[in-house]
Amino acid sequence: MASVTSRTEQTAAEAGPAPGAVRRRRRGVQLTFYLMVIPAFLLFFIFHTVPVLQGVFYSFTDYAGYGEWNFIGFDNYANIFLDERVRHAYVFTLQFAVVSTILVNVVALAVAIGLNGRIKFRNLLRGVFFLPNVMAILVVGYIFNYLFSYSLPYIGQKLGSATLSTSILANENLAWLAIVVFAVWQAAAFAIILYLAGLQTIPGELYEAASIDGAGAWRQFWSITFPMIAAFFTINMVLSLKNFMMVFDHIIPLTNGGPGTATESISLVIYRGGFQGGDFAYQTANAVLYFVLIVTLSLFQLRILQRREVSA
Amino acid sequence: MSTQQSMAGTTTTAVAAATEPARPRRRPRRTVNWWLTALMIVLSLTVLVPLYFAVITALKTPDQLTGAGFGLPSPARWENFAEAWRLTHFPRAALNSAIITVGAVILTLLTNSMVAYAISRNMHRRLFKGLFLYFVSALFVPFPIIMLPVVKLTANLRLDNQVGLILLYVVYGLALNVFIYVGYLQSIPRELEEAALTDGASIWTTFWRVIFPLLGPINATVGIIMCLWAWNDFLLPLVILSSPDAQTLPLVQYVFQGQFSTNYTVAFASYLMALAPLVIVYIVAQRWVISGVMRGSIK
Repeated sequence: MASVTSRTEQTAAEAGPAPGAVRRRRRGVQLTFYLMVIPAFLLFFIFHTVPVLQGVFYSFTDYAGYGEWNFIGFDNYANIFLDERVRHAYVFTLQFAVVSTILVNVVALAVAIGLNGRIKFRNLLRGVFFLPNVMAILVVGYIFNYLFSYSLPYIGQKLGSATLSTSILANENLAWLAIVVFAVWQAAAFAIILYLAGLQTIPGELYEAASIDGAGAWRQFWSITFPMIAAFFTINMVLSLKNFMMVFDHIIPLTNGGPGTATESISLVIYRGGFQGGDFAYQTANAVLYFVLIVTLSLFQLRILQRREVSA
Repeated sequence: MSTQQSMAGTTTTAVAAATEPARPRRRPRRTVNWWLTALMIVLSLTVLVPLYFAVITALKTPDQLTGAGFGLPSPARWENFAEAWRLTHFPRAALNSAIITVGAVILTLLTNSMVAYAISRNMHRRLFKGLFLYFVSALFVPFPIIMLPVVKLTANLRLDNQVGLILLYVVYGLALNVFIYVGYLQSIPRELEEAALTDGASIWTTFWRVIFPLLGPINATVGIIMCLWAWNDFLLPLVILSSPDAQTLPLVQYVFQGQFSTNYTVAFASYLMALAPLVIVYIVAQRWVISGVMRGSIK
């Protein structure tokens, strides 16, 4: 690409009025390109990179968010591993994220295949399934809170189920499942659209040919559909896991981290400890670990899924 | 594996097509699968039922909240909306949300596209390629890691208001938007702008007169993504905005968590009013929104 550009410029230079003028113009062109990106770079550096570096820096101090501070080495990191509350938040977040990621992708792929079938009202249905993505998670979460707290127990009582007859949001062992249900409901909307985009890239003749060959629906799915949308599967898996690892908006309206601290996610612990608990430096150390975990998980996932993509 | 099978399949189709004319083709090309249609309609209820529930609850009186709560309100109590309007200072919150969203969308479209243009036309230069990777790698940085320092920074710069929030959306948006724009810009043929450049137009003019008008479809995609983000976001406004006067629609819903926690019907009216603006826009422009999102995902 580079050689092509320089060759065109060369030809232009030979044909143009004077080589000196062209060179001056080229320098002007380059200058404009730099001027276009420098403000963005500076702002990004100030508002994103500097805070990242500051976060890493403070994680080695005992800074409370105000006042004086001292370097304390790796003490914050060592304490995090001993902190029951933080450890529980990691277990909860990982468990929630893995279960939700799998469910979202199974549900979304199934719905997308259904929408891609020979159905009536396709555009209308597609529009309905995307609707949750248009609404604020926090606000819809309050609506789900009521459904889980009052409507579901009422139905549970009618059905004579002991577990369901009380609010599952108040149940230490089950509250996380309510968050999973809501998260899947909300995130499936976007994943469906992504899978639908993938399914539409598969030529219809493939299926016609396969069905003439006698391949059933199940066989067609594993031999045609799934390999053909492998890239979309990878994107959806990586994005879902990453987003669910950062879960925050879902938890505030449903359980607010409770009962007790049963459903506190890592983001929620950082938010609470950092802003309300005066553990600024300690929570930045937590955030650094969290960052390392997310990057590691994403890279690990990409490697595994892309290897599968190639072999498929 | 799939390629092999498809090749084998094609041969069979060819053979089948060759032998077909013997019997008359009556099968219509697209028969509607009614069973599947019915199944999808039932599945779509998972989305519609919570919304139905929100609407009927918003119209009830507190003592109509009995049983599972799926019955219709009788009589409907429209005053809930008036009360929610008053309690949340709805006009103020809606205006804040609107200013922040519109500001973030417009500034993003104008600036991020330009940055992406400069990067995409210099990808062979190490500096620009590095800048591209620099922006995109931020996609993997979770917000909580920068949250605490950014809040201190914006407070010190007196950017703990709507203007600061717009700025942060535009700057943080670079990570994803540069990625989307560059993918699209690479597919625009260079001949157009080279013609303009040889005619003596500057890069600046060329971008705004030739390239920017061609970015319509991808501007729509980026605009939709930014609009959904800025309007519905909770965590960023929660930590950045310091004054109650600056609060956005999601934030003011907190009102119902304190002393009014028993007042579910008014709260639901408020939730509906917070969701309504974007939902209405979505219903009107549904196909356009979805095709915009799809375009972003294929790039």
